[in-house]
Amino acid sequence: MQTDRLIAELQADAAATPRPKVLRWPLVASSAVAAAALAFVATIGVRPDFTEALQTIRFDFKFVLTAILAGTALLALKELARPTGDERKLVGLLVPFLLLLGSVVIELSVVPKAFWEMRMVGKNAVSCLLTIPLLGLVPLSLFLYASSKRAPLRPVLQGALSGLAAAGIGAFFYAAHCSDDSPLFVATWYPLGSAILVAAGALIGWRVLRW
Amino acid sequence: MSDLLRAGLSGDDRSYGRFLEGAARLLRGFCARKLPPGLPGFDAEDLVQEILMAIHAKRHTWRTDEPVEPWLFAIARYKAIDAFRKHGKRIEVDLSDHGEAMAVEPDETGIVALDVQRAVDTLEGRTRDVVTAISIEGRSIEETAKRLDISKGAVRVAFHRGLKTLSERGGS
Repeated sequence: MQTDRLIAELQADAAATPRPKVLRWPLVASSAVAAAALAFVATIGVRPDFTEALQTIRFDFKFVLTAILAGTALLALKELARPTGDERKLVGLLVPFLLLLGSVVIELSVVPKAFWEMRMVGKNAVSCLLTIPLLGLVPLSLFLYASSKRAPLRPVLQGALSGLAAAGIGAFFYAAHCSDDSPLFVATWYPLGSAILVAAGALIGWRVLRW
Repeated sequence: MSDLLRAGLSGDDRSYGRFLEGAARLLRGFCARKLPPGLPGFDAEDLVQEILMAIHAKRHTWRTDEPVEPWLFAIARYKAIDAFRKHGKRIEVDLSDHGEAMAVEPDETGIVALDVQRAVDTLEGRTRDVVTAISIEGRSIEETAKRLDISKGAVRVAFHRGLKTLSERGGS
């Protein structure tokens, strides 16, 4: 077929729909948070001593960290969903990473060596590994869907970022349930639980985000 | 160019058509340079068309406050790499060597029609539905659009894409 014929057809298509509608990112993000919140409240819920725990810095820090992770991952996700997205937005992901690293260093310096292992292993390792991916499942699907309606140039990276943002949201809610607050626990098990979502996102992205 | 696409996205399809014509002119040079010569069944103009279709499908990912050329060439590069992956490794078989073995006598038993059906069946998803509806069942574009619940434009694009895939397969 001739190119001018194709152009005429595309023009006719644009006359019917000048601009395809896509879910806006704020809506995508708030739906993802709402879905995770709903799943959280309906299943495990907050820990019994939630109010008292809020008075402790280690507990509160988990929310700061996971919220920043979700936020920076979402910003990168949104940026790289466009063909002209700026890859320097990925640098923002260093913030949660450095925060986590810093918290581990501080924890190691204030806690006697004899307690390190106990704090790291904690009591919730398995539930952490399972719950973060489960709470992140709907957010991950939403982010992959929203990405597929756009034009990411790097499908695997886009999928991995979707997984990371979903992990941030899942971990934020899981943190309110989990009774292990030490950064040593958080730095060990949270990234492992998150890695499941990142890997799943990358794999699915590779399959479905090509266009 | 940016003004034309801006107007196109806000509903002026004639400006949009002129934008696509301008894009096609820009892309011809690009594709001639990017495409390794000698890909069977796929030439620079095919690549231009694939890029135009991608630009059309992803036109909402252009931010109206950014210049359009970087966006356009980002998509062009992506599709060029994609095309090379899809078409670059194809092995060329000279049909004239096998002419006798492959000759098909058209007859009344419907063998040729069966071959067409089989070829169409190798297409994927929506494209196959559209080509089946139009070429085999003989439906109109309107009917097909209504039946599959998609726009007429989408039917045209899918039909075009399907025929192109079939002709590429047939030619190599």
